[in-house]
Amino acid sequence: MVLPAVVIVLIYCYWPMVGIIMAFQKFDPFKGMLHSKWIGLDNFKYVFALPDTPHVIFNTIFIAAMKIVAGLVVPITIALLLNELRSELIKRGVQTLIYLPHFLSWVILGGIFIDILSPTTGIVNQLLGLFGIEPIFFLGSNAWFPYTLVVTDVWKEFGFSTIVYLAALTSIDPSLYEAATMDGASRWKQTWHVTLPGMLPIIILLATLSLGNVLNAGFDQVFNMYSPTVYESGDILDTLIYRIGLENAQYGVATAIGLFKSVVSLIFIVTSYSLASKFANYRIF
Amino acid sequence: MHLMTPGRKVFLVLNYTLLIGIGLLCLLPIVHILAVSLSSKGAATTGAVKLWPIEFTWSSYEYVLNRPQFLASMWISVQRVLLGTAISMLLTLLTAYPLSKESSQFRFRTGYAWFFVFTTLFSGGLIPWYVTVRDTGLVDTLWALIIPNAVGVFNVILLLNFFRGLPKELEESCFIDGGSYWTSLWKIYAPLSLPSLATVTLFTMVGHWNSWFDGLILMNSPDNYPLSSYLQTVIVQEDLSHMNADQAAAMADVSNRTFKAAQIFVGSLPILVVYPFLQRYFVKGIVLGSVKG
Repeated sequence: MVLPAVVIVLIYCYWPMVGIIMAFQKFDPFKGMLHSKWIGLDNFKYVFALPDTPHVIFNTIFIAAMKIVAGLVVPITIALLLNELRSELIKRGVQTLIYLPHFLSWVILGGIFIDILSPTTGIVNQLLGLFGIEPIFFLGSNAWFPYTLVVTDVWKEFGFSTIVYLAALTSIDPSLYEAATMDGASRWKQTWHVTLPGMLPIIILLATLSLGNVLNAGFDQVFNMYSPTVYESGDILDTLIYRIGLENAQYGVATAIGLFKSVVSLIFIVTSYSLASKFANYRIF
Repeated sequence: MHLMTPGRKVFLVLNYTLLIGIGLLCLLPIVHILAVSLSSKGAATTGAVKLWPIEFTWSSYEYVLNRPQFLASMWISVQRVLLGTAISMLLTLLTAYPLSKESSQFRFRTGYAWFFVFTTLFSGGLIPWYVTVRDTGLVDTLWALIIPNAVGVFNVILLLNFFRGLPKELEESCFIDGGSYWTSLWKIYAPLSLPSLATVTLFTMVGHWNSWFDGLILMNSPDNYPLSSYLQTVIVQEDLSHMNADQAAAMADVSNRTFKAAQIFVGSLPILVVYPFLQRYFVKGIVLGSVKG
């Protein structure tokens, strides 16, 4: 039964891993992988000598790290606040609204953000104007671009991540709250001493697992929101691979960057999985 | 139960206000784009439109729907979603079922499981993947968008965790009645996993509809772009890519704002339509698969 899936995965996931040898070649698409010229580590030397490389690595880690932190803090806070609502109707309504952006693609959302963040016609800058703030070119200024990425990413994904924390909240034993109330604990103290400790295992689990994403700053989002003006602050490894590999057809060089990224990511993922299985008793299946 | 102290009342009022505000914040950008798309060109370029159309007109939609390429790429997307989801779901079922068995029933289970999981940990990278798809002759065909990603490992894990939660006795009774593993899969496991299957199916459909990057790189001719890839080129690239600072600043005066807004809205319409049906299932489906699994 697994045979069809195995064949597809062999061809489209494992065969490209063989293609990694391109990273050590001056790959020529007409000669193919077997006959291209072997150049050892030259592609890697070339990549690390590129003037763009240091800030691209910095951007990737900086943006990814901010997204990881915000992607933990915001959903946890929202889940706690939602948990305080007594009206089921409003609770469900709010949940339905905040899950929605997750299902829209970055092409659609890129289009929406380009429009609403525009310095002249954009509604966000019009609102800021009401408070006497000068228009900000969120997507065209190197000072603002990375933070705009983080905020818009959180906007898209926080609702969806909230689901997991809400599920964790419902599994906390209600008798703990009763006991706390008997002991005279306020709502605030109950949150601090019952709710948060109850959520801690899942928080630790998701926090450790998110470490594996430290080189994934979000290709879809950046690609749909950046422009040459903000390459300085917004270019990440994945977008660099795309431009070098597919726009400039330097297959070998792009593969070398990709290999670097894959290997570092693998190390992070394996570390985070082993941490997760150690501290949160997590197994994939 | 809880004492309603003045402090708690203030908190509750603030909390309701805040959360309703946040909820609206997730919806308003889409409402705004809809309002822009239904407004006249003049009203849109001066930035007068907020959440309600000004000088209501369908003209931008008429323009969008009269573009042959828009309709052609939409048709490609529809085929992709239907065919791609059917194939993916079949493969997911056929993979998740054997992998949900114990090693005593399926000897190399763990080996196969790691064979699939490893692909989520490490990959050859964009370029070797592209070259592989090209060498298998799929480039510029609909199959390029369907076959290479047909096996969704996360969906397989979600489903196999669900399968493992079902009572084994049901399958044993099926075997006693002379059924094979195939009968057990189609007659017992598949029907019992409908909530989980519905979740995975809808995720797969949304994934196919939203997927734009593979179309962009695997199709040489823009005539073969699915809708998302086409929209990417007309909504995003025309604006931002290949622009210097001056041009980017001039972008502020987009004259085709309503046109773009209309395309954005049409592009997200199928999602907005299926979403109310989808979200009933997915909370249950995901939680069953991830947290308790």
